[in-house]
Amino acid sequence: MSARIHPFHGGLVLDGRKALSTRTPPAPVPLPERLVVPLHQHIGAAAEPVVEPGQRVLKGEPIARAAGYVSAAVHAPASGTVVAVEAHPVPHPSGLSAPCVVIEPDGEERWHEGCRGTADWQALAPEALRARVRAAGIVGMGGAGFPTHVKLNPGPGRAIHTLVVNGAECEPYITCDDMLMRTRPQAVLEGARIMQRILGARRVLVGIEEDKPEALAALREAAGGAPDLEVRAVPVRYPSGGERQLIHLLTGLEVPSEGLPADIGVVCQNVGTAAAVRDAVVEGKPLVSRIVTVTGGGVAGPRNLEVPVGTPFSHVIAHAGGYTDEAARLIVGGPMMGFAVRSDAVPVTKTVNCLLVAAREEVEPARDPRPCVRCGACAEVCPARLLPQQLYWYARAKDFDRVQDYKLFDCIECGCCALVCPSQLPLVDYYRYAKSEIWALERERERAERARRRHEAHVARLERERAEREARSRARRRRATDREARQAAVAEALERARARRTVQAEGGHAEGDGAEDA
Amino acid sequence: MIPAVVVLAAIAAVAGALLGYAAVRFRVEGDPVVDQIESLLPQTQCGQCGYPGCRPYAEAIARGEADINRCVPGGEHTIRALADLLGREPKPLDPEVGEEKAPAVAVIDEELCIGCTKCIQACPVDAIVGAAKQMHTVIAEECTGCELCVPVCPVDCIHMEPVPVDLETWRWPYPGAAEAHA
Ligand code: SF4
Ligand code: SF4
Repeated sequence: MSARIHPFHGGLVLDGRKALSTRTPPAPVPLPERLVVPLHQHIGAAAEPVVEPGQRVLKGEPIARAAGYVSAAVHAPASGTVVAVEAHPVPHPSGLSAPCVVIEPDGEERWHEGCRGTADWQALAPEALRARVRAAGIVGMGGAGFPTHVKLNPGPGRAIHTLVVNGAECEPYITCDDMLMRTRPQAVLEGARIMQRILGARRVLVGIEEDKPEALAALREAAGGAPDLEVRAVPVRYPSGGERQLIHLLTGLEVPSEGLPADIGVVCQNVGTAAAVRDAVVEGKPLVSRIVTVTGGGVAGPRNLEVPVGTPFSHVIAHAGGYTDEAARLIVGGPMMGFAVRSDAVPVTKTVNCLLVAAREEVEPARDPRPCVRCGACAEVCPARLLPQQLYWYARAKDFDRVQDYKLFDCIECGCCALVCPSQLPLVDYYRYAKSEIWALERERERAERARRRHEAHVARLERERAEREARSRARRRRATDREARQAAVAEALERARARRTVQAEGGHAEGDGAEDA
Repeated sequence: MIPAVVVLAAIAAVAGALLGYAAVRFRVEGDPVVDQIESLLPQTQCGQCGYPGCRPYAEAIARGEADINRCVPGGEHTIRALADLLGREPKPLDPEVGEEKAPAVAVIDEELCIGCTKCIQACPVDAIVGAAKQMHTVIAEECTGCELCVPVCPVDCIHMEPVPVDLETWRWPYPGAAEAHA
């Protein structure tokens, strides 16, 4: 196919180290003793548990429901017994714990009867298909974990012409998408077709980096030359798998700053997500497992594994031959965008695509930052066309207004700038810091606004109560005065009566004593 | 010549009338500077600055009576924002008012609470619920952490608990800070 490729600005050619983990097709890992299934595996609100300890669950049974529209349901990855609903450490750069449903699998792997699919999805309306995607708890599997049904619903004002399917997998070491495309090309394409129907998109463009010839061939064969679905090879250049970068590569279109692909009529979905959509719609299977790349010099048998959500990292690594003596650091994701975790007791989630056990020589040596020399190398490689040195400058100075003027939120944290910086500045650390501070300030502002309104209401309440109290005491005083007046009136009347009697008595005396004495 | 003067005079009169009307029609309620200052304060209403709430402190700043570094819960960021707004140099928090501390919320020991309602009266944002002679509880979501309820409790059953950090509220550390602490 001679479709033109539109290179993006910047980027880097990196050592992929992919062959390490592509020797064998993904094999399922046996069930662990316990599955620890986090309720918050996606962007948006954490799901709300609907099971209790002691309850028996079947595979694929909902164990937590979506809390609102931007949220995702969670399902039991195996049949068994819920033993706890409690906080456990989760894979997150903070190392924090978060609520999880702990399940002891019974090994029977019996599916929940609610899980029914249909091969005849063409007969279903787009809304019905989207509802199935939502019910299956599917989230973006390329890493970010944005609920897929939300992305598949760009809203009435935004007509989508192109669905971009992301099979670029540009980050070094990671091969789970590659292995999925090699082994299940039909599933990926059927999922893409379902999403195309949901979006009403005219065409589907699949983008794959050209260092994956097997995947390219498998998908092209599966596509069978359909006129509205193209599988295109893109040059090997990190970060070709960034949403904006891949859209640019395939369509030449630029997603506006701080905008969404849907603003220009495009929706981008990862190949793993496509396969999950297919499994949900055709087989009725919710998202309860995924392919994970286990790789790096620190693991004895690097490979891809099909892993139930909730499986501890340690169990997965054990089934990839275990650690070698060289193992030095455990990274979730790849070396560029991933984050290190301190413990391997945390579970695989819907978005964990890779466990990189870095050997000593693979670990980036500690940075020795020196002042910025204004060489401009960072700006040259920035795929978002930002000025990383300016972002660094203002983030470091905690000038959160200026750092946003330089479009901090367009930074995709790809790490290219930090990699080339001759001063070894940990640039991305500053951007992450600044972003999370800005979000925190945003929350603070909302809280303050709420507190201000409540304080006003409080003052108004006190004012009202004071007024009521005054009104009451006024009324009391009035009643008191009334009473005094009444008493006075009564006293007066008595007085008058007495006076009258005295007068009468005296008169009676004059007229006749008998009556008075009687 | 004369018509031109008349036209100009007429225009001037109309413009004057419009301005006069606009001044009445679009009069800003309250003092805009005070409003701007207040919008930067955290609305904790704790009074640690020495004024009986955020609004009075904002007014004192606007009058030039109070310095910009007296808000304890706002901390460094609020001082920065105030300095920015007023075109002054940021300065560290005035040690006289206290030290920056982690956000906390009030918790009532419901076993000990005698239901006297003193705390309800003290809470500036009505974040405590309960009726007379019934135990009270704090709505953690709405508690600003001002601590005003703590001293008024006759049985000392209110204490402050730090707000736990979760996945939503966790923040990346300032680069280099982690190593410095390690
Ligand atoms: S990390 Fe951000 S600033 Fe640095 S190159 Fe990537 S997009 Fe640009
Ligand atoms: S690459 Fe590093 S030294 Fe060069 S301009 Fe960017 S931040 Fe400064």
